[in-house]
Amino acid sequence: MSQIAPQRPPEQRSQLLESEQAALWTALDELTDPEIPVVTLREMGILRDLRRGADGRVEVVITPTYSGCPAMDQIADDIQATLAREGVAGRVVTQLAPAWTTDWMTPEARAKLRDYGIAPPHTAAACGPGESVIQFAPKSGAGRADGSGATARFGMPTLPVACPQCGSLNTTETSHFGSTACKALYRCLDCMEPFDHFKRI
Amino acid sequence: MDARVNTPAPVDYLLHLADNAVVLGQRNAEWNGHAPILEEDLAMANNSLDLIGQARMLYQYAAERLNADVRAPRNTAWPAGPVTEDTLAYFRDVPEFRNYTLLELPHRLALVPAAGGERDWGVTTVRNFLYSALMVLVWERLSQSTDAHLAAIAAKSLKETRYHLRHSRDWLVRLGDGTDESHRRVQDALDYLLPFTDEFWSASAVESAVAADASGVQVAELRDEWNAIVDEAIAEATLKRPAAADGYVTQGKSGVHSEHLGYLLAEMQSLARAHPGAVW
Repeated sequence: MSQIAPQRPPEQRSQLLESEQAALWTALDELTDPEIPVVTLREMGILRDLRRGADGRVEVVITPTYSGCPAMDQIADDIQATLAREGVAGRVVTQLAPAWTTDWMTPEARAKLRDYGIAPPHTAAACGPGESVIQFAPKSGAGRADGSGATARFGMPTLPVACPQCGSLNTTETSHFGSTACKALYRCLDCMEPFDHFKRI
Repeated sequence: MDARVNTPAPVDYLLHLADNAVVLGQRNAEWNGHAPILEEDLAMANNSLDLIGQARMLYQYAAERLNADVRAPRNTAWPAGPVTEDTLAYFRDVPEFRNYTLLELPHRLALVPAAGGERDWGVTTVRNFLYSALMVLVWERLSQSTDAHLAAIAAKSLKETRYHLRHSRDWLVRLGDGTDESHRRVQDALDYLLPFTDEFWSASAVESAVAADASGVQVAELRDEWNAIVDEAIAEATLKRPAAADGYVTQGKSGVHSEHLGYLLAEMQSLARAHPGAVW
């Protein structure tokens, strides 16, 4: 690895050489989410940046999905192992801001999730401005249809979730939390298949 | 990026936020393998993961700050070497914890321990609701903190806490507006727990300090907004808000705790203390 000349302006100092970057991205693009092995870390929006740190070492920047997501340690280990395999002296840097959002998931990742049987999160474009959370069982008024009420600003009326098997919108939520923090459990009322839905955050 | 000056929040304040999250996370984890249905077992596990994850980010930041400050007081009982998140979670004792007393109480009604068994889902539901209704407001404000790192943690935590509020509120309504027994039990839980929320609004030196430099929140100012969220949910759940009473206001956030925290910490800390530096 060549050292970067100190006289370079700061905006260039943080960049990797283009050829180095391309090779590393190719290697890192092989890495998939430990809990959803059909999508890559880059497609998930977890892998944010490749740059050179102040000490000249390569930094791979990742953003955690959920604060307590147990996959994050595995992800950092996988990246470290890839760097070692590529002969690159580097480290993993966890960056909190801006907070991870499912809006960073690529269209490819959404399609792969659906094929895998997980209903992907709604896009920002579909939900309109503001934050959104999935609607829980209709008994609760936390997301009143008219958007009124003291709790309303912590959620929005939400869109139906399409069944990844048959495409029907006639689905119902069976549990707010699924096998991981990022998912909720749904059931299709047409084909009767249960499925996971990746919640929008 | 604006050119705001970064004002680091006091470590005591970070510990207050972290201790709240870790203590409730540890409590809620007690449902693992015991929740009324499998889905709620998963929900409590995920809720605990979120809370412990939030605590970790705050402890890591607090540890970094303590290590950078040579004048910071160092507890002689702490393991040698740099302070870590584990030092702060596992090697501080009851009087050093700054969590609200509400969060350390067992999942059962104090006066009728036999009524709900070892854990009462009504108590769990009401506590999670009362706390997450506060924390959505706190994290929302803190995401604008003049402490940039704390603001980043808050923005992340807010997303998760919104779900906790939706989840616990949904259960509150279902149980309150449910069967006679579910209504009675969740009303008992509300009557029992609500007085502990008076601690939210009591004065503390650290909260006044962080409000002054806008690195943190004067929680007392959130009282009306919190009441609106709580009263709306209570009404929908067909519950009654117990009359306010002038009684003892708990002081967990100042380190004065109930007898329950010691047992909780004993369980949480025993492994780290018996085997310092243990990893797996």
